[in-house]
Amino acid sequence: MPQVLTANRLKAGEVAYWNRSAGWVDTLAEAEIMAPADAEAALTAAAEWVRKGEVVAPYLFDVRTDNGVIVPVKVREAIRAAGPSVRTDVGKQARNVSL
Amino acid sequence: MYRYDEFDFQFVRERAEQFRGQVARRLAGELTEEEFKPLRLMNGLYLQLHSYMLRIAIPYGTLSARQLRKLGDIARRYDRGYGHFTTRQNLQLHWSQLPDVPDILLELADVEMNCIQTSGNNVRNISADPFAGAAAGELEDPRVLCEILRQWSTLHPEFSFLPRKFKICVIGTEEDRAALLIHDIAIKIIRNEKGETGYRVYVGGGLGRTPYLAEEIGAFIDKHDILSFLEATMRVYNEAGRRDNIHKARVKILVHQIGIPEMRRRVEEEFSEIRKQGTLEVPVHEMVRIAAYFAPPAFEKLADECPSYEQHLRENHDFAQWAKTNVHPHKMPGYAIVTISLKPIGKTPGDCSSEQMEGLADAMDALGQQEVRVTHEQNLVLPHMRKADLYALWQKLVPLELATPNCGLVTDIIACPGLDYCDLANARSIPIAQAIAKRFSDLDRQHDLGELKIKISGCINACGHHHVGHIGILGVDRKGVENYQILLGGSGAEDATLGEILGPGFDQQGIVDAVENVIGTYTTLRQNGERFLDTYRRVGPHPFKERLYAR
Amino acid sequence: MLVKNGKIVEDAFTAVADGDPLPDGAVLVSLKRFQAESPALLARGAPLGVRLESADTPEILGEDLRSLALVVLHVNHFRDGRAFSWARLLRTRLGYRGEVRISGHVLLDQIAFYARVGADAFELPLNQPAEAVRAAFTEISNVYQPSVDGRPTIRDLRAARFPKTTLAPS
Repeated sequence: MPQVLTANRLKAGEVAYWNRSAGWVDTLAEAEIMAPADAEAALTAAAEWVRKGEVVAPYLFDVRTDNGVIVPVKVREAIRAAGPSVRTDVGKQARNVSL
Repeated sequence: MYRYDEFDFQFVRERAEQFRGQVARRLAGELTEEEFKPLRLMNGLYLQLHSYMLRIAIPYGTLSARQLRKLGDIARRYDRGYGHFTTRQNLQLHWSQLPDVPDILLELADVEMNCIQTSGNNVRNISADPFAGAAAGELEDPRVLCEILRQWSTLHPEFSFLPRKFKICVIGTEEDRAALLIHDIAIKIIRNEKGETGYRVYVGGGLGRTPYLAEEIGAFIDKHDILSFLEATMRVYNEAGRRDNIHKARVKILVHQIGIPEMRRRVEEEFSEIRKQGTLEVPVHEMVRIAAYFAPPAFEKLADECPSYEQHLRENHDFAQWAKTNVHPHKMPGYAIVTISLKPIGKTPGDCSSEQMEGLADAMDALGQQEVRVTHEQNLVLPHMRKADLYALWQKLVPLELATPNCGLVTDIIACPGLDYCDLANARSIPIAQAIAKRFSDLDRQHDLGELKIKISGCINACGHHHVGHIGILGVDRKGVENYQILLGGSGAEDATLGEILGPGFDQQGIVDAVENVIGTYTTLRQNGERFLDTYRRVGPHPFKERLYAR
Repeated sequence: MLVKNGKIVEDAFTAVADGDPLPDGAVLVSLKRFQAESPALLARGAPLGVRLESADTPEILGEDLRSLALVVLHVNHFRDGRAFSWARLLRTRLGYRGEVRISGHVLLDQIAFYARVGADAFELPLNQPAEAVRAAFTEISNVYQPSVDGRPTIRDLRAARFPKTTLAPS
């Protein structure tokens, strides 16, 4: 199953996703979808970003694509990508961007 | 209430500056995340799903209007304009940024607040009866001891790196409004045959994956000995508590591994050693000095009957409905204790906006209320209201959406933040609470069902106290899908018991139907005004199980 | 880097691995070696130190404790707080007067706590600036609870400041 690399930004605490051409990005829509082997390599490489104090707690999660939209397999990641399901006025979902 | 003096102010400000230094070292790469984590946790800072979460200590759940207003102000300027009151009488801000936190800590210090030890493997914020000082039959205000314990446990040099977190609770009445026995150490103020007050101490309570109620370890501890006794208990735990498995590290596991008699023997041995040294004795004058801070307000001599209040009750149905559940007897004639529900139907249990905090602070000022309390049931309490002022209070609460008339009823639900916010959660709690509240929103139906405590946790850590709900709900992850188990028969009150899982779990829709099904069983079986819990205790799980899982 | 009584100092003890020959002068050995060779070790006439691991209570040293110049409490992980109680035990019930040294995985942010429970020396990871070490002991000026360091508590300071006051200000 394809995967996405995620972490939280050290300073802001905000959820971030990895994309090799853009670096750490704010939305899941901008994230890079990777095959498991590439994803593992990206996770290993993320240790350097942790060391540099850019992000903390990187890990991989499973996604599928639905008509070109990245959809996390687990609810947890859907909530991280958008914000609290019970408060749609806060979090990334409250911004005028595509998630 | 307790007021900081110059030493307390200096202490919390230095602590905030120390954290500023730690944050700087973290950002400069001098501290790894692994090293920084326990330091930030000891200052109440978690990294959650969406952001950092700052947990602000509300010692023994008591706040002044000034502090409440400041919390609203901080939530607006540094966060997203709301906070979440927790089952440990704290307030959580869910959207903090790391570089802001030292500034927030300094602003909190200005109003005599801090985040010290709201997380980490140390003594946490000490909780107490939210009706302290107002309840009839109270032997002494438990907050006097809480404050002594707060000072003793603050940056305790020996007990800041315990095997696991350590929660202490104190009450002074027979009635338990603080979920006493689910704490690591539970203290009840009692009176002995000689008429002296002292402390009965219980140890080893806690929920989580192995729930236990605390058991008695000290039948009567003299007041001046309490720090010695607690220090002895904690030393036994610090030396012998398990450190190889985080799930087996709480003192409850040690107590059940070695047994209460052996635990008592070890504690007594240490206790007698400490007493020989004498340095931990609490002198009477110190008790008296601290007690003076908690002196009750100057009560007026009032008749208990209040004609204007009675008249409003007759004339205003909504007010009467509110008073029925949210107004409680006070120890003084003509006074009442008021619970302010943070459970509007369909909203997040325990959430409070900046506007609500500030609006309530204004109402407190207008009605001469010095204190508001936070309850473990995630509501607020005004402890000393004149009955004559209740209608005016209610009128101020209604536009703030703080007048939901549901305290103790089926819609007064405890729910942890769950998977909507929490990094540890396996399932969402808040939407389940909202859906149940909506299903039972009809107030007549709620009154018909009477006292019914639903408590929801989004994971086994049990921040939502599901084991001690009359109906408990535990969210789990079943193959990537949120699933909810139902427990029945728990109680966190003076008749404390742990609930039992009824059977297989349900999905998000199914759990609401399951709750309604279980409540339906109760309404068919109840006798002469029995509460849900009483019926369950009388008939046991089988009738509930049979009807719920009938094919 | 060894910090003793708040100052950076040279280590007078030579740590000797189990089975290695003993050099002249002060030596530090493991508990295992001490238990195997204690008569010979104590007869050397040079200062002797024993290293305890996190799980070892100092009570295990028994009467020999009085002959030791140094007890090292080695911390395997900074979150393991047993050494706080061991240091306290050494200084109270066991009445030990020699050096109590904390080594291993210890954070700068913990040394003030260790000092309060009776440790007087710290073997810290290298490259801690002297200024940071000093700050670690002084950044929080006062303490709330009595401990074996005998420091006056905030309650003592209040009593000294307001000698006649027993009641809280209204």
